[in-house]
Amino acid sequence: MAQPAPGAARIEIIGLTKRFLTPKGRPFTAIQDVSFTVEPGQFCAIVGPTGCGKSTTLGQVSGLDRPSAGRVLVGGQEVRGITKGVSFMFQADALFPWKTVLGNVMIGPVLAGRAKKQAARLARDWLRRVGLAGFEDRYPHQLSGGMRKRVAMAAALINEPKILLMDEPFGALDVQTKAIMQTELLGLWEQTRPSVLFITHDLDEAVALADRVLIMTSGPGSIKQSFEIDLPRPRGEVQAIRHEPRFLELQHQIWSSLKDEVERAYAQTAGVAA
Amino acid sequence: MRTTLTTEQPVRTTDITPTPAVTAADADPGLQSAARRARRRRTALVWLGRIVVPVVIIGGWQWFTAAGVVDKFFFGQPSGVWHSLVQLFTKGTAFGSIWLNLEITIREAVYGFLLGTGAGIVFGLALGQNRFLADVLGPYIKVANSIPRIILGSIFVVAFGLGTFPKVLLAAVLVFFIVFFNAFQGVREVDQNLVANVRVLGASPFQVARHVTVPSALTWIIASLHTAFGFAIIGALVAEVLGAQHGIGLVIVQAQGQFDMDTVFACMLIMAVVTLVAEYLLTLLERRVLGWRPPSRSEVAAI
Repeated sequence: MAQPAPGAARIEIIGLTKRFLTPKGRPFTAIQDVSFTVEPGQFCAIVGPTGCGKSTTLGQVSGLDRPSAGRVLVGGQEVRGITKGVSFMFQADALFPWKTVLGNVMIGPVLAGRAKKQAARLARDWLRRVGLAGFEDRYPHQLSGGMRKRVAMAAALINEPKILLMDEPFGALDVQTKAIMQTELLGLWEQTRPSVLFITHDLDEAVALADRVLIMTSGPGSIKQSFEIDLPRPRGEVQAIRHEPRFLELQHQIWSSLKDEVERAYAQTAGVAA
Repeated sequence: MRTTLTTEQPVRTTDITPTPAVTAADADPGLQSAARRARRRRTALVWLGRIVVPVVIIGGWQWFTAAGVVDKFFFGQPSGVWHSLVQLFTKGTAFGSIWLNLEITIREAVYGFLLGTGAGIVFGLALGQNRFLADVLGPYIKVANSIPRIILGSIFVVAFGLGTFPKVLLAAVLVFFIVFFNAFQGVREVDQNLVANVRVLGASPFQVARHVTVPSALTWIIASLHTAFGFAIIGALVAEVLGAQHGIGLVIVQAQGQFDMDTVFACMLIMAVVTLVAEYLLTLLERRVLGWRPPSRSEVAAI
């Protein structure tokens, strides 16, 4: 079995609460008293209805945002300012449209203070790993959605982060491309094994990829339940896992927990609209 | 173009390539020659239309003034404009050769353009990135923008005399607001995911500006330069009209005083050529700096 990377960090979230001011000046609690721990090298997925504060939680871990109450510890250190050794992947591919594929992947090492030449060599190596050798000089708009995701993945992993934060990274892809990207992500993750916090609303995706699935309730968000996914690793083809009896069993179990939340959130938004 | 595309197949067959590959059906020689013929016919039609438009307008103008339907004393006449042009370039003007006057006007416009663009970019980027500064100065910039700034020309001419400086200043003021608003908007439109991404990777505020904000705003800024140069010319000409010792604006005022409409039109034509050349140079700059952009739809013409 693959071991967690020596650099992989534990993420501890203790009693995390985040409030915002609405544009009308009223306070709004996005997440309340969220506590959970991601062990080093663990792949943890958070599933929950729309607007339950999943992305807010990620923002606190990265240090882009500050908690209103509670603490976030990464590798035993409290998060103050930007957390070191973190990479982010978003649903929209956050690529520089004016940089070539190589330039996009290089940005990580360049910002980390590496020499241009060294960064370029590293970037070429990572582009080879994601199967994009020969595309170094293309611009993002010349690539397909799946290829752009691969560039984003190489850019996120090139600095060998301790923590990988993923905010519905494959949400905008078509079903086939999504399955391929999931398999590739697992393959790459197993090479370096950073701790992963993976946000999704797709339960199948969560079960197929993660070691642990957290269910979040909506309005204000908090952790409802945690499920250990004991499917063996390496998992191989994501599409094949979906037909295994154990997968279906777990998926069924988690869905019965998630269903209530989704229905409750739907009723709330429908109530607002009415 | 097509042959190069087919050699660069994606590494994995599971991906959908955005670039179209030539299929057997597309390679049919009959279809290809038909497509080429359709294309040639269209190009010919477009050029025919382009020739007809000026022939109708200039020919009509000449004919109406010659026939006396329109008084050429007030509206000039194409043949008269041509005659004036020849006069301007062979005999010069009352204020020295046409080249001297043209050089002065262009220099004023270019200096004003550079000054206004520089200031516009600096202020636009600064206010775009600083919410507090933008909130404090926002209303005053709106007020300044609603002032008819061309009137400032009178003040500048009185305050700074008949030399080059007041012209440069008026051109710069006109250019500034255009570039400023575009740079400001450009910074505001920056993809926040991209900013978050580089910040997580450990970028300093300076690095965020260098890698994300400025390149992103550049699209907007460069787009504004086309309009801005036109305004620089207007600023220089108007300031010359208000008071000058040299320049095309002065030639125009003098011609107007002598009811010489042909010379006014001739000067207009000269300045139009200058603006077109500047436009061409700006397009070259745009292609160089913004070469990464996808081709616009109009460039991928449908057959």
